[in-house]
Amino acid sequence: MSDKITNILLVGVGGQGILLAAEILSETCMLAGFDVKKSEIHGMSQRGGSVVSHVRFGKQVFSPIVPEGEGDILFGFELMESYRWLSLLKPGATVVANDLCIPPPSVLMGQESYPPDLAQRIAQRFPDLILVDGQGLATEAGNARAANTVLLGAVSKRLHIAEQFWLESIERMVPKKALAVNLKAFEVGRGLA
Amino acid sequence: MKEILSGNEAIARGAYEAGVKVACAYPGTPSTEILETITRYPEVDASWATNEKVALEVGIGASFGGARALVTMKHVGVNVAADPLFTLSYTGVNGGLVLVTADDPELHSSQNEQDNRNYAKFAKVPMLEPSDSQECLDFTKLAFEISERYDTPVLLRTTTRISHSKSVVEIADRETGLPEPHLVKNPAKYVMLPGNARGRHLVIEERTVTLSKDACSMPINRLELRDTKIGVITAGVSYQYVREVLPEASVLKLGLVHPLPHQLIRDFAAQVDQLYVVEELDPFIEEQVKAMGLSVTGKEILSLCGELTPGRLRKGFGLPEVAQGAVETLPGRPPNMCPGCPHRGVFYTLNKLKAYVSGDIGCYTLGFMPPLSAMDTCICMGASIGMATGVTKVLPPEERKKVVAVIGDSTFLHTGVNGLMDMVYNKGAATVIILDNRITAMTGRQENPASGHTLMDDPSNAIDFPLLCQAIGVKHIRTINPLDLEECDRVIREEMERPETSVIITDKPCVLIKRDGVYTPGHVLEVAEETCTGCRACLKIGCPAIEWVPSSGKKGKAYIDPLLCNGCEVCRQLCKFSAITEAKNER
Repeated sequence: MSDKITNILLVGVGGQGILLAAEILSETCMLAGFDVKKSEIHGMSQRGGSVVSHVRFGKQVFSPIVPEGEGDILFGFELMESYRWLSLLKPGATVVANDLCIPPPSVLMGQESYPPDLAQRIAQRFPDLILVDGQGLATEAGNARAANTVLLGAVSKRLHIAEQFWLESIERMVPKKALAVNLKAFEVGRGLA
Repeated sequence: MKEILSGNEAIARGAYEAGVKVACAYPGTPSTEILETITRYPEVDASWATNEKVALEVGIGASFGGARALVTMKHVGVNVAADPLFTLSYTGVNGGLVLVTADDPELHSSQNEQDNRNYAKFAKVPMLEPSDSQECLDFTKLAFEISERYDTPVLLRTTTRISHSKSVVEIADRETGLPEPHLVKNPAKYVMLPGNARGRHLVIEERTVTLSKDACSMPINRLELRDTKIGVITAGVSYQYVREVLPEASVLKLGLVHPLPHQLIRDFAAQVDQLYVVEELDPFIEEQVKAMGLSVTGKEILSLCGELTPGRLRKGFGLPEVAQGAVETLPGRPPNMCPGCPHRGVFYTLNKLKAYVSGDIGCYTLGFMPPLSAMDTCICMGASIGMATGVTKVLPPEERKKVVAVIGDSTFLHTGVNGLMDMVYNKGAATVIILDNRITAMTGRQENPASGHTLMDDPSNAIDFPLLCQAIGVKHIRTINPLDLEECDRVIREEMERPETSVIITDKPCVLIKRDGVYTPGHVLEVAEETCTGCRACLKIGCPAIEWVPSSGKKGKAYIDPLLCNGCEVCRQLCKFSAITEAKNER
């Protein structure tokens, strides 16, 4: 195993299921034999605030948060939040972004407008952008709520971890009745990247 | 067996493995999940106390009875529990007692960022500080051993980045063969009258000296010699940042941050060219190292405020900064009350009535945020009522009427009820609104003495607020439906006019309560596009389900997201054109 640490940021809006996706990702890394650390801020996550979760894995991980400017992959659940956290990435990083806009309070109240052309603006700075219609593809897989798993599938293709560990951790973390849909959504996501 | 655990889960696991029999806490970010995790272990009697002082007192009782006890709270909770803590230091323990203080540098979810390492020195109690989840588990077990070996309570300090970070942990079985609890009478040790306490003070001063010596050979205080040009003394999560940013530096990693291992520090200082202390917040270690006469660099290069990050540490040590692509300013995304939240209508009304709102700690503190913008003060748990009494004492009569204290059910029972007793007894005159949503919501929906259930989900007595207020002597007690804006306006207005203490209790549950029959959402609403005039009245409540669509109609119209709307009907009451109606298609 090389000493290289892989730094992943999962970002979005409280209530989108970011914490569960980060759990599945960390569990997968552990099953694959890596040291792994995950860090996030709870408390406000349920109330629609901006949420960022850090996952780092490799031979030996020290800091639980991704050092500024060293992010390898940004895994974005919402477009403006994906854009907001680009600052944590290193040049040439990969961005897997859900093509979903959730207006923040100031936009809901008509005081500001939602920034336009975010996908293009992300792509200008990070050409390795995989833009995913998470909700649409998850609906095709059987349930719009499995959007995160579609995204996870797309991210998984960039991480060089054997598929068996992904499937094992999804089976461990996802409730039984939602398992079949999530496994299907994961395969759809893997087909994208 | 290996598992990925958060620091909080690992502390719970460590306590379980250490044979803990009693665990008690008041919820507070970032500590809450410790007690929630402990409910997985039926061997442990776990409960939410009414406040942190009571939690510690329950723990002390269990310890004196001969059992190992765990007490957990957030940093500001220790302020509430400080009274028993300082004297518990004198009595020492019977069964081991560990108090977890979860600090919050950077104020991710707190009203201040006090550094509770100072409590260890102030109360003369040893403090352990883990730097990952494995250490959370190991140090919790060790803390119980130290507690019993040195006859002292032990503080275990985490920070948000330790409590809420997950890492790989090796777990073990529960310790067996601990002594069974039974009554022990030893008043000379446990009754802290001056005559007894004077003698105990000598004992605890000796205890600190002994611990400081023994700390030099404790494996948790670890010397890592690498390049000796730079030597860093550090602890907690700061250790991880030092290893990340200065991989070649020599490190003295402290597991016990109070008392410090003086000889070990001298030996380390002698082996390195330049000595640094890397710590978040106060120069707690640095000042003590300086007092030892050693030359050391610390807060000259690192901030007293906020948490450390690898980038901030790089900057402090003058290392080239990693280029970061700054992003232009975007609309912020602050947290908000949920759609259907029963607090929204009350704060809308308080704003309209131009009340001076003496606020408190809970979800409703979000009533500060625009467009509700109806909170004028917020200091600490339970402070709203006492402060309202104080401010009405000094204001001219016309302004006095404007003072309204708002406080949640759990916060009222935490320390607000004392303020109400004082207000009535000392003839204060303010309006107190108890926002009873049947749960401790902000920290993630914990049960409390008014919710009717215990932490273990057993049905229990639910405190009757009107009866309690009546017993305190409040003459004017009214219960209102906070989703009815007309009722809110009328009742709050009337009570504000009254030159006496009055209490208004709101009577709708938190929309996130999952227990059957407590909360039922209403019918989803929609905006009739043809009727909506675009007057924006419905936007004044800041509901996340209502969106302004500028492109709709001539000047824009409102839209209700059917997936978010909980049908509380507050917006419907604001619409003068009856454009908000029940949606044709129920979700």
